[in-house]
Amino acid sequence: MNYLNEDIDSLNEKLAQGTLSADKLAQDTVENIKKTDEKLNAWITVQEDAKPDEDLDFANNKLAGIPIAIKDNIITKDVKTTAASHILDNYIPVYDATVIDRLKKAHVTFVGKTNMDEFAMGSSTEHSYFGATHNPWDFDKVPGGSSGGSAAAVAAGQVVAALGSDTGGSIRQPSAFNGIFGIKPTYGRVSRWGLIAFASSLDEIGVMSKRAKTSAQVLNVIAGADDHDSTLSTRAVPDFTEYIGKDVKGLRVAVVKEYMDAVDGEMHEVIQKQIDVLKDAGAIINEVSLPLTKYVVPDYYIIASSEASSNLQRFDGIRYGYRAEDAKNLLDVYVKSRSEGFGEEVQRRILLGSFALSAGSYDRFFRQASKVRTLICNDFDKIFADNDVIVGPTTTTPAFNIGSEISDPIKMYNNDILTISANLAGIPAASVPAGLVDGMPVGLQVMAKRFDEGSIFQVADFIERNNKFYEKTPAGMED
Amino acid sequence: MNFKSTIGFEVHFELKTKSKIFSPSPVSYGAKPNTETNVIDWGMPGVLPYVNKDVYRLGIMVALATHSHILPTTHFDRKNYYYPDSPKAYQITQFFQPLARDGYVEIEVHGKKKRIGIHEMHIEEDAGKNTHGTNGFSYVDLNRQGVPLLEVVSEPEISDPDEGYAYLEKLRKIVQFTGASDVKMEEGSMRVDTNISIRPAGQKELGTKVEMKNLNSFEHVRKSLAYEEKRQAQVLLSGGRVQISTRRFDEATGKTVLERVKEGDADYRYFPEPDIAPDHISDEWIEEIKSSLPRSAEERYNQYVNEFGLKEYDANVLLQTKESSDFFDKTVAAGADPQLAANWMNTQVNGYLNDNRVELADIKLTPENLAAMIKLIKDGTISSKIAKKVFAETIANGTDPKKYVEDQGMVQLSDTSVLEPMVKEVVDNNPQSVEDFKNGKDRAIGFLVGQIMKQTRGKANPKVINQLLNDELQKR
Repeated sequence: MNYLNEDIDSLNEKLAQGTLSADKLAQDTVENIKKTDEKLNAWITVQEDAKPDEDLDFANNKLAGIPIAIKDNIITKDVKTTAASHILDNYIPVYDATVIDRLKKAHVTFVGKTNMDEFAMGSSTEHSYFGATHNPWDFDKVPGGSSGGSAAAVAAGQVVAALGSDTGGSIRQPSAFNGIFGIKPTYGRVSRWGLIAFASSLDEIGVMSKRAKTSAQVLNVIAGADDHDSTLSTRAVPDFTEYIGKDVKGLRVAVVKEYMDAVDGEMHEVIQKQIDVLKDAGAIINEVSLPLTKYVVPDYYIIASSEASSNLQRFDGIRYGYRAEDAKNLLDVYVKSRSEGFGEEVQRRILLGSFALSAGSYDRFFRQASKVRTLICNDFDKIFADNDVIVGPTTTTPAFNIGSEISDPIKMYNNDILTISANLAGIPAASVPAGLVDGMPVGLQVMAKRFDEGSIFQVADFIERNNKFYEKTPAGMED
Repeated sequence: MNFKSTIGFEVHFELKTKSKIFSPSPVSYGAKPNTETNVIDWGMPGVLPYVNKDVYRLGIMVALATHSHILPTTHFDRKNYYYPDSPKAYQITQFFQPLARDGYVEIEVHGKKKRIGIHEMHIEEDAGKNTHGTNGFSYVDLNRQGVPLLEVVSEPEISDPDEGYAYLEKLRKIVQFTGASDVKMEEGSMRVDTNISIRPAGQKELGTKVEMKNLNSFEHVRKSLAYEEKRQAQVLLSGGRVQISTRRFDEATGKTVLERVKEGDADYRYFPEPDIAPDHISDEWIEEIKSSLPRSAEERYNQYVNEFGLKEYDANVLLQTKESSDFFDKTVAAGADPQLAANWMNTQVNGYLNDNRVELADIKLTPENLAAMIKLIKDGTISSKIAKKVFAETIANGTDPKKYVEDQGMVQLSDTSVLEPMVKEVVDNNPQSVEDFKNGKDRAIGFLVGQIMKQTRGKANPKVINQLLNDELQKR
């Protein structure tokens, strides 16, 4: 069976009533993944022996026995974790990420690890050692990235929820391309302990699902203080499901001119329609400007690549992971293992970051980028002084064809222009399905001030109830 | 031509925390390789550092003891380099902003006092250890990975090797008496790098700096600096130029040997550590640490000499380690006479430690027991001869001296009503000795004392017997 028309609530109801057992749910899930994934390639590891915990309390725990997908850059004890890289293609971790630990305590069922761009570097899930993932709406299209496997798995009904990670849009852009909801929470909301680092000051684990409420239910479990991560906020985590089912009357909604200018034609119309829906429902729409938007792509690629160049140094062939076989001395171990173990895009970013941090470049690049980042943060603070949320397009276009941009990194990087700012500013942001353009889904991005994921759920849920996009089935999944 | 030397130091102290700076692994010296490690020390994918706040506390102690200015917000940076003993391929250190800066220590050389500035001190993690086997393999031990270090960087204000020696002695003593570090060079808990340049007297700008790393002892530091002064002067006098370089001190020849010439600085690509949130060091916390700061060696020395009347030598022996000074202070606090306590500490206790190759912390003697024993001597309950037996028992088995003395019937006989008849009897039985005494032979009295000691098995109070014998003999 597939879960195209299910969510956590509907599955929980069946489990609680006894019309479906958790064992059957797990088995069906694995079988369906195996069947459908031939065309999608959304998974790196499928846990064929997936087994739910025993004595599940379906009445009081909605997540009990629910199969959930985990992006393969999140550390899972005893389950291969590769970050889609050759350098870790046989790596079996000895500990659990905090988010995994919390999901285990919530008794979800783990069914496997999803495909992604290697080390989360990419916007198309084409940069995977395990091959590209295909978009369930059109197998010739990319699912976006880097959490493309998680997005495709949810959109195709393989699971009802998946964890992703978002450093510059890696949850929101694939969510938009696959017609699902996906949220990158506030930086400091979800522990990064056990997330294989790409860019430490930008990385955030988040949730993807068809309905906003499902993500709220999962986020409730994974968010909150953790001694393992000192960058994490200790503030209390609200019950995010309380923001579901509300109206938007009086809500102050900012629309960024530069974001709207980035889209045209049908895409612009679809997004504008969602904004109009909010307006018609009594929201106050304010047009605002973020003039620094034109700098965010270079700014992001300097900061993210610099941090990545350092974070990825530990993959040196010494203690774990791939080691080149014909290494004759220490330098050989490093150079050959890394040259053979990392893919082209990862090497490109390591080089870019190493350059930006090197003596003589630091002041011109990294320091400047850090200053620009502060200015971007200040701009968002100003907007949120008078507004509750910012809405606009998540991406500039719908999903592109597999292979069409992979040879043009600059073009690929520019895809991230609308999502990157939220990471630089550390604010929460989500993508909620807005409609179809040429048969492919596009998303409405909703941003809020730090730690106000609640307003995002409120707006996303309102949009979702209005356009009922969740009732649509991806073209590739119709049979 | 006369030359002036400019000497600087970078001294690393291992901070004495129970666990590592960024992981909960324990810290101890000499554990089996890789037994004191966890996923953080191994730099496993996905791990994050988490600051052990005790590291701040110990660092702040040293900052306070050196009159340094403590910065209100902590900040860490990454120093990137590849090496098998560096599992993340970067060291977490404080590059852009230290823990504290602008301090000083005061030294005294040949009767002249001088302030040596401390440029800054910063916290960082230690690396693991590589060893190269004879079988073609190299081995990595990560036990030391993540041990907290405090690096203290002096201002280049030291002008000769003797001052350098005095600076190190003083700095070591200061750090030692905060209790923040074990300061043992042989175990690596104190590591010294030094640098020296010379310039013609009258020239303002500094000469070219030569570095010497990981010197084994202060004496080696002094010798290597003295050698460098001469060597660099010869180079300059013969028209040559000093190279920016690192040299090593060769113990056998007493010379320094070129290790490598620096060709531009290595590029460590420093940048702010994004995995650690800044911590605020509040004034309240600093005050709290200040009030709990142990007394400095200087303060203790003044008390020992001026208040207790100890000889300078005795005071210095007690102050060789914080442990012995603490032990002494506690013994005095428990009621012991300071002079007696110092004597016992510096002779018997130290002798025992040396003979058994143990440390003060490892033995069963407590300050309370030592004080109790000293009180028994002072109030005449036991003789100093008996005291040696009591001490041997107490230090070996931790026995309460008072109880031991009572149980063993070692209490000194001072009761004249008991001793008087014995004295009479001895005098009666030894007429020859009485004769000798009258003839002015002082030895006679010694013989009679011996007789009484024999009868009382050494317990008679020699002072009392002497008095009684004198009185008795006068009567005859």
